[in-house]
Amino acid sequence: MSVLAFYARNSQEALGLVWQHVSLVAISTGAAILIGVPLGIALTRRPAWRGPVLGLANVFQTVPSLALFGFLIPLPFLGGIGARTAIVALVLYALLPIVRNTYTGIAGVDPAVREAGRGMGMTDGQLLWLVEVPLSLGVILAGVRVATVVGVGTATIAAAIGAGGLGVYIFRGVATVDNTLILAGALPAALMAIAADGLLGLAERRLAWRRT
Amino acid sequence: MTTALEVSGLGYTLPGSGNGQSEQGRPLVEDVSFTVGTGETLVLLGRSGSGKTTTLKLVNRLLEPTAGEVRVAGERAADLPVTRLRRRIGYVIQEVGLFPHFTVERNVGLVPGLEGWPPARVATRVREMLALVGLDADTFGARYPHELSGGQRQRVGVARALAADPPLLLLDEPFGALDPITRVELQREFRALEGRLGKGMVFVTHDVREGLLLGTRIGLMHQGRLAFLGTPDEFRRSDNPECRAFMEAAG
Repeated sequence: MSVLAFYARNSQEALGLVWQHVSLVAISTGAAILIGVPLGIALTRRPAWRGPVLGLANVFQTVPSLALFGFLIPLPFLGGIGARTAIVALVLYALLPIVRNTYTGIAGVDPAVREAGRGMGMTDGQLLWLVEVPLSLGVILAGVRVATVVGVGTATIAAAIGAGGLGVYIFRGVATVDNTLILAGALPAALMAIAADGLLGLAERRLAWRRT
Repeated sequence: MTTALEVSGLGYTLPGSGNGQSEQGRPLVEDVSFTVGTGETLVLLGRSGSGKTTTLKLVNRLLEPTAGEVRVAGERAADLPVTRLRRRIGYVIQEVGLFPHFTVERNVGLVPGLEGWPPARVATRVREMLALVGLDADTFGARYPHELSGGQRQRVGVARALAADPPLLLLDEPFGALDPITRVELQREFRALEGRLGKGMVFVTHDVREGLLLGTRIGLMHQGRLAFLGTPDEFRRSDNPECRAFMEAAG
């Protein structure tokens, strides 16, 4: 209950950090969708790009998050201390699941359906928006869900480079050996991840075409 | 009788494998010529890999011919934008290829919609087409393809191909995946439909009985060439070895 007491005393600051955290995740995941979905679609049209693009995205995913933040800090324009660097790193993390799922989803559309569409005189754009994207929406959303949940977690580390968010409480709590402070950061971050997972899972089930 | 389809000297060779070898594969289709008149059904018969399906795809330019010419209702296929050409040709394939996320109504109304028909006219047309293939629009219109039997799905496939009133219909083993009883049922109905529709049709099958039942003419394909072209009666009497092989297989 000491956590609740802590919030009562510091509600202004706590809400500010929650808002920062949500913003970090929303902006970075949003940007990753805007980049990743078109990129995934492009890969289905240019199979030769698939290896290099997915390989590169995979590399970003593999680098430990704190190290990636570290690499970005010295870079001009993108880097530096603060939220901008954190958002760049979070976008790089979110890209792989979104690009990969967009590609896999569209590539997995029944070839007979695609051929029927082309044979009936759909343009490539009509085939994409009327058939391929709707049929792979579930798989694409699953990628967005993974990216968002991972993003909520990784954003806690963003506090280490001065980007704010709930990580601020966690790092401060660790430094001062204060469990209440650690929980004040960790609990809402965990709840946020669970809520994002649940909501996007719901969207996935509502919007996705169920396979027969 | 006007011609729905005119094919002359049609050929298709796979593009070279691109590894620097000058050797090109043998042509998949070579020197195929035929015409299909309005109200006529040409059955393309042949073994697997004989080039029947390839020939169909050369007509609606899912594959681009490397030789010869295709004319649909008098117009050179190569001169038309490919999407316009395809919207003037109904296409039915074995796997049906109905859009699983569209209702039956939306599937059937798709090409008229792409062609910009007003919605009310599309709706009327959809009802007509479903009735034509023996499906009640009130019962089936709002269903999704996975809620239909194989035979019903194939009926929807035919209705969809007919919806924009194309002068020519291409059917690639449309009844191939059906159980024998449904198959015979659909063959019978299709035969009754052929005469009423007044379309040119090209019907690909490897089933001689089906070919003899449904075709006004039979084109027998063998190793990419048209080995025989004639009426079902001529086919039965032909001493072409490939024709005889097929007749014997049919018993």
